[in-house]
Amino acid sequence: MVNPLLVWIAFFAPLVACILITLFFLKCKNSSSLIAIAGILTSFVCSCLVFTQIFQTSPPSELQQSLSWIHLDALTINFGFLINPLAIMMLLIVTGVGSAIFIYSRGYMEEDPSSPRFFAYLSLFAFSMIGIVLSNNFIQLFMFWELVGLSSYLLIGFWYAKPSAADAGVKAFIVNRLSDFGFLCGIIMLWGLSDIGHGRSFQFTDLVSVIPHLDPHLLTITALLLFCGVIGKSAQIPLHVWLIDAMEGPTPVSALIHAATMVAAGIYLLARTYFVFEPSTTALTFIAYTGAITSLMAAILAVAENDIKRILAYSTLSQLGLMVMALGLGGPMQGMFHLTTHAFFKALLFLGAGSVIYALHHEQNIWKMRGLFSKMPITGITFLIGTLALCGIWPLSGFWSKDGILALAFENNFVLYLIAATASGLTAFYMGRLFFVAFWGKANTHHKKHEHEVHESPLVMTLPLIFLAILSAIGGFIGIPQLLFPQIAPEAINMKVAIISSVIAVLGLVFAYAIYGKRSETDPLVKKLGGFYTVLQNKFYFDMVYAWYVDNIQQNIALYLEHLEKDIIIGAFVGGLVKLSRFSGNALRHLQNGIVQSYALVFILGAILLFLFLIKSYALIFVVSLIPLLLFFMLV
Amino acid sequence: MITLGNYLILGGIIFSIGLIGVMTSRNVLKVLLSLELLLAASNLSFVAFSKFNGDYAGQLIVFFVILVAAAEVAIGLAIVVLMYRRLSTIQADELKEMKW
Repeated sequence: MVNPLLVWIAFFAPLVACILITLFFLKCKNSSSLIAIAGILTSFVCSCLVFTQIFQTSPPSELQQSLSWIHLDALTINFGFLINPLAIMMLLIVTGVGSAIFIYSRGYMEEDPSSPRFFAYLSLFAFSMIGIVLSNNFIQLFMFWELVGLSSYLLIGFWYAKPSAADAGVKAFIVNRLSDFGFLCGIIMLWGLSDIGHGRSFQFTDLVSVIPHLDPHLLTITALLLFCGVIGKSAQIPLHVWLIDAMEGPTPVSALIHAATMVAAGIYLLARTYFVFEPSTTALTFIAYTGAITSLMAAILAVAENDIKRILAYSTLSQLGLMVMALGLGGPMQGMFHLTTHAFFKALLFLGAGSVIYALHHEQNIWKMRGLFSKMPITGITFLIGTLALCGIWPLSGFWSKDGILALAFENNFVLYLIAATASGLTAFYMGRLFFVAFWGKANTHHKKHEHEVHESPLVMTLPLIFLAILSAIGGFIGIPQLLFPQIAPEAINMKVAIISSVIAVLGLVFAYAIYGKRSETDPLVKKLGGFYTVLQNKFYFDMVYAWYVDNIQQNIALYLEHLEKDIIIGAFVGGLVKLSRFSGNALRHLQNGIVQSYALVFILGAILLFLFLIKSYALIFVVSLIPLLLFFMLV
Repeated sequence: MITLGNYLILGGIIFSIGLIGVMTSRNVLKVLLSLELLLAASNLSFVAFSKFNGDYAGQLIVFFVILVAAAEVAIGLAIVVLMYRRLSTIQADELKEMKW
């Protein structure tokens, strides 16, 4: 049996850490990081206990607990959790990888004067992410979805004095708002449709039984609206633009939020509410193609990128695309499996990159690195493991999960398979490029002057690397798919697909070695690609098109609306009322001339009017009421 | 035979004289005197009604009116004294500050 108290502790421990740091420890660098680590470790330990409790029984148990949060006539919103094998695995990823990254951050952020603020944000993020994982209804999920967006914004813009970081934070926030609007519409629509006799509900468990009764067209629209949220949060085309810029944040943030957990929240949402998407073939096809195109586009863009973190960001985009595609092809298991392994090796790669950046004093251009392997052996080896896992080399974890997705595509849709296989080949190529340029060969002459300064990072940073490297290596063997979806029978590996994809991956790496293995100061690919390279440098012009749209279309509409508001609503209606009352007041105040006897006159006239009214002589009333008017004009 | 109508007409005449006095006098003291005429006219009507209807409530009200009139005159005269001190005049149309 699952102990609900443990789940609640796992839920709220990071929030407590965040509040403690914000209230009492904003000046204490050392204790703030320790509190944050304690918070996330508490969560992790509780999750592990819950994990063992869930899998004690067969089939694994599920537990739902709800507190009534908002209760109106037709609208009931609960605050609770629904824990099942899928949720507990995701929870373990979030808290486990999170713990590694929190510990790493203690080393990475050591020199930053405002690191307590960083740990407070990081704890807030962990709390919100756990909220997404555990939520048992759409409204609560949406709330945490937004909280995650907020903490992402805070963390991207952590170095807010740097304009590019502040801009990137704002960009991420706005792009996510855009998609969340669609998401919210989807939630409300689903809620509206969910009344089949027992009243409407946001609860996942209630909705499961409702879905089969719904009109398929409306359901397709709902599913696509819900998918809008995924497009934003998981950075699918065409809203992928924020993720690349989000690399302005500190590297542990990139590892935790923009690689391992938050961007995976979209995939998790798809898997958790898969019952909404499953009946709609149209929606699933749309999802699959969105994922595949994102995957290919990001892989192509990564080839022309020179910033180590941005290369990894593109790779994240590409892998997220693959996961979305897997879900679109009807394989939540394959998608979630890849999410899990990806969380391991992508967090590892980012932390490795962070270790390099830390050693090189915030140098991120790969062409200025060269030969780091001998200087930083632990970082080098773990980075190599991550790279190979990402490329899908046997027997590392990436091989198993990626192969599952490729096999799924191979069996269902050959076009998608080709796209995904190309993306995988490109992945191997650009990761090979990154590795050979940054780590291979002899140390760069540029760094001659602080040659001996470049050294391995401290233990607090390398330990998480080693932990994640082990997970990346063995991730394929510990039966994650069965833990995620106990009801689905394990599939035998598709040998044909496995061999083809391995060959593609090796070929990609070999090509990369052929081009980048030799020492060079600039990218030899620039000349070969020619004009296409410019297109890649401009990221397929997405940002430019958006900027053009905002400057020329949205700005004009906004100006027009501003004009409408200022001149017509404020100017004519509000201002008109003011003018009217001022004018009439100016006119009427002459009646009040300060002469006692004229007041007495008005008083007497009033008395006469009242008298005439009582005897119902209306003609005389008219005549008498003309007298003050005449007097008035005489006085004016 | 004196009828109710005679009394009322007399009351009306006195009231009108009072009104014209209030409207046209420039001297504040005359205005106050005219006000007394207004009150006297209405008192006369009350008493006449009381007599012809055999209802003593009218007479009762007249006592109240006399009482209030006394108080009113006291305050009115006080205002006139203050006005004279301040403006050195008791012309009603000199009081033009009672506005806006």
